[in-house]
Amino acid sequence: MADPKDFAAGIDSNAKKAPRRIVFVTRRTSAQVKAETEDQVQTFPEVLFRAAVAVEALAAILVWIALIFNAPLEGLADPSHTPNPAKAPWYFLGLQEMLHYFPPVVAGVMVPGLVVMALIVIPYFNINIEAEGFFLKDRQRRLRIFYIVAAALSIFLAWFHVIVALVPTLIMAGLMLIASRSSPKSPSAFRRYLAARPLSYWVMTWFLFELVVLTAVGTLFRGPGWSWVWPWQGS
Amino acid sequence: MAKTVDQYFDDLRETRVWRSIFRSGSGSSTLHRSLAIQQNVFLHLFSTKVRTRMLSFSATWYLGTLTLGTFLILVATGIPLMLYYHPSVPQAYADTKDLQFVVSSGIFLRNLHRWSAHAMVFLVFAHMFKVFYRGAYRPPREFNWVIGIVLLLITLLLSYTGYLLPWDQLAYWAITVGSNIASAVPFMGSKIHFLLLGGNAVNANALLRFYVLHCMILPLTAIFFVAIHFWRIRKDGGLYSHSSEPATRRTESAAKEVR
Repeated sequence: MADPKDFAAGIDSNAKKAPRRIVFVTRRTSAQVKAETEDQVQTFPEVLFRAAVAVEALAAILVWIALIFNAPLEGLADPSHTPNPAKAPWYFLGLQEMLHYFPPVVAGVMVPGLVVMALIVIPYFNINIEAEGFFLKDRQRRLRIFYIVAAALSIFLAWFHVIVALVPTLIMAGLMLIASRSSPKSPSAFRRYLAARPLSYWVMTWFLFELVVLTAVGTLFRGPGWSWVWPWQGS
Repeated sequence: MAKTVDQYFDDLRETRVWRSIFRSGSGSSTLHRSLAIQQNVFLHLFSTKVRTRMLSFSATWYLGTLTLGTFLILVATGIPLMLYYHPSVPQAYADTKDLQFVVSSGIFLRNLHRWSAHAMVFLVFAHMFKVFYRGAYRPPREFNWVIGIVLLLITLLLSYTGYLLPWDQLAYWAITVGSNIASAVPFMGSKIHFLLLGGNAVNANALLRFYVLHCMILPLTAIFFVAIHFWRIRKDGGLYSHSSEPATRRTESAAKEVR
């Protein structure tokens, strides 16, 4: 709006007598109606019908599971008798796995707090909005940042012997290394795919990978004293 | 000539009673179908039209719809469960046992509620990642993404508070482990811990608090945010479709150049 020629304005001098709407029509950005050329269907009945079928299919599956498998019910709660291991619900076992390595203030407060904060701010940073391959732009600087962050994270996890979190980190760092050395014009479809991944993809995939691995380890591979057991070993 | 079933339905829709309930009138014209959505207090949250492309399974995997489905199942099974349950110690455990062995279909209700709850937690996570990988959090949908995160946290809390209610060893120690994490919050950890449990350990007060949270506060909060979540889909221009957004159009044209 710095350039006065950028828009035309109309206004009446006496607002009490003749209330008018003021319209600014900027020359470069006229009021734009997005042309919607796509095929559309009516929500009723097409979409609602499909949604109902989807929900009914899900309900059928859940009813079937409920008929076959009983929900667990153990003995009456007994504060004087601690089971070993005492496990949280499965969706918190990733956190409980972290509690095994770090003090509660780190694993129980800072990590989940940061995860929630990070998830909330995703759409508010332009780097997460852009959909270009991470290493395609500003390559040298971004490579340097990547090396430093990946090395710092790996050393930190290795230092505290968090092998279950270190392995996914190293795998993701390896994939990013391949991505940084891949061109979007590569003959290999896989490398083309990697080269086109933006930063948000890498961070989120790393988070998903860690979430799945930590939850799976906490659920299936932890026994008495939070020691490593194989699922086929009876506890 | 004998009437067909459809004609009977048409007649029903023309009756004064029907017309008094459903304001949109009857008919299968596009206008009437739009009004059926627009003039309905629940359905008006949705847009009257949806891009055909977004109906395909691959576009959304129907994860949001399915999450709502689990929520509906949980409400439908949760209310009958409440009829047989006292949130007191040790009656809660006895009631759960009764549901298991005495109440007709009680074990089925409890099973369905339990497995649906696990399914809902899983589906909420799956929905979040699917939305992320589609890039559907991009403007103008930022705030709906944030509401989605709030709904994720509410879902986790709903599941977590429900976990205590059977008052068995599994419930008791899972909540003990979980609530001890709250004590680790700097400065006010023990205060939060006390507020959450109504005491210094998981006891009868904690059970009552979790019951109220699980059956009243959290479901109502969830419904409130779900309503905004759905309404924002319409206000933000319908379900995110790939090519209509500038950010991805760039990559797609870039991808075309490669080919």
